[in-house]
Amino acid sequence: MNQTRNLSEKVIIRAIQASGYSSILFVIMIVFFLLSEGLPALTEVPISSLLNSRWYPIEALYGILPLFLGSIVVTLGSTFISVPFGIITAVFLSEVAPKWAREILKPLVEILAGLPSVMLGFLGILVLSPLLREFLNLPTGLTAFTGSLLLGGIAVPTIVSIAEDALGNVPQSYRQAALALGATRWQTIWGVTVPAARSGILTAIMLGVGRAMGETMTVMMVTGNAALLPTSLQALFMPIRTMTATIASEMGEVAKGSTHYHILFLIGIFLFVISLAVNITATVISRRNQTRAERILS
Amino acid sequence: MVNLALAWAETYQKSHPEVTISVTGGGTGTGIAALLNNTVDIANASRKIKDEEINTAAANGVTPQEYVVARDAIAVIVHPDNPVQQLTLEQISAIYSGKINNWAEIGGENRPIVRLSRETNSGTHVYFLEVVVRLGSKEDKTIFSADTLLLPSSEGIISEVSSNPNAIGYDGLGYITSHVKMLAVKGLNSSDYIPPSVDTVNSGTYPISRDLYVYTNGQPSGALKTYIDWMFTPEAQTIVKSLGFVPVSTGTSTP
Repeated sequence: MNQTRNLSEKVIIRAIQASGYSSILFVIMIVFFLLSEGLPALTEVPISSLLNSRWYPIEALYGILPLFLGSIVVTLGSTFISVPFGIITAVFLSEVAPKWAREILKPLVEILAGLPSVMLGFLGILVLSPLLREFLNLPTGLTAFTGSLLLGGIAVPTIVSIAEDALGNVPQSYRQAALALGATRWQTIWGVTVPAARSGILTAIMLGVGRAMGETMTVMMVTGNAALLPTSLQALFMPIRTMTATIASEMGEVAKGSTHYHILFLIGIFLFVISLAVNITATVISRRNQTRAERILS
Repeated sequence: MVNLALAWAETYQKSHPEVTISVTGGGTGTGIAALLNNTVDIANASRKIKDEEINTAAANGVTPQEYVVARDAIAVIVHPDNPVQQLTLEQISAIYSGKINNWAEIGGENRPIVRLSRETNSGTHVYFLEVVVRLGSKEDKTIFSADTLLLPSSEGIISEVSSNPNAIGYDGLGYITSHVKMLAVKGLNSSDYIPPSVDTVNSGTYPISRDLYVYTNGQPSGALKTYIDWMFTPEAQTIVKSLGFVPVSTGTSTP
């Protein structure tokens, strides 16, 4: 009896260990695969032509610059929309809204987070892009701005959900102390609660930005996918092509092992590095604030 | 064309489980080369077999038998309210290569032209590039203007053209809906503007169209013949239509 229990215990522990280590193994394998498929591109195409301003694989024009900047423009645009909107919504849900409103709104926001991005893309093509074209008098509504708006919408639920949790974790005594000192409700929120939840809110922003950066389907549907080099602020209202959309639309037909194939993987490496950088930044920020909080408490 | 071959093979094998058809892509040149080397029974081709290929075939003891199994036509489309009714092939080329940028330059309203295209991986994109943008010239290295919007689907093009009066687009004739207006096109050596339709494509007068061929080695027999005959049945030709190609009324074969 005891022996069988010991045995099953061991098996279970080994199984848990295996699944834990496997995630590390998968990441290593993905990195290895990306590098082995993507790095040959650097020997096949000179760096100078990768920095070219034209992307047209049929004629072997592999300028990655417009794609890279395209992703940056769309992501920055969406950040400017999703961060203020997301944080204000989180503050409202956590600090201002009455309990019954929070209980309705929080699940709704979480449903929004689960909305398939292809649905948002359709919404963008059929509703948002014609509206923007007429309102802003643009030649076409399929622009970086349209993509930014929708990506903002995609990132908001992520930001709200995590930031709201962070605000909820701020001890009630903080708020009570502030109010007792004579601070108004607004002063309490802005001066005490939000700064106290800063590390959680920053993590929320980073994850929201990462979500926007990696989003593919919506962007591919609404940004027009013209590989134009964004040179001014006006580029926000012109079509743009992102790295994710390029991989998604071209990988399906590309000949395996060709230069084009390797370059698509090279773009994948760029995306991987960017998301890694975003994640590391988020971790570092939340770590740093944690230690400070611990210092204060001690 | 590989899509058509795949769809046909899939449907045919469902009703004829005793037949196995394997389809490989790679382009017309690959297919014909494989037929000449006698490694395949059927080669699909989106162009006519070349003279030198027929010579190679004769040297290898292969006699290619040709069938036109479908036709491919590209319609150039604009918003229904766009006053432009017709364009020459040269004008369409100038629009897509970025030389014409306003509808007023070609008899329309004073509006910027928004160019729409299928993605670069689409066969329609490559065909349009060769026949329209480069006007069929092999030496011509003109490419699409960089601000051409590349949309991932036919639906994307139709929906943008049907709602945006600035837009011009193109797509396989079979995908065009009544929400957009098709332009009549004047070919390089033609004097008339021809509107795209199944009739003008089948009569060969519409300039942006091509025949899609199937080649076999000599007169097919047995299972192969049954399959080739099946390609001209309404069932097979419905598949042609659903993939955006133009069905052929009768099979033409040259001895």
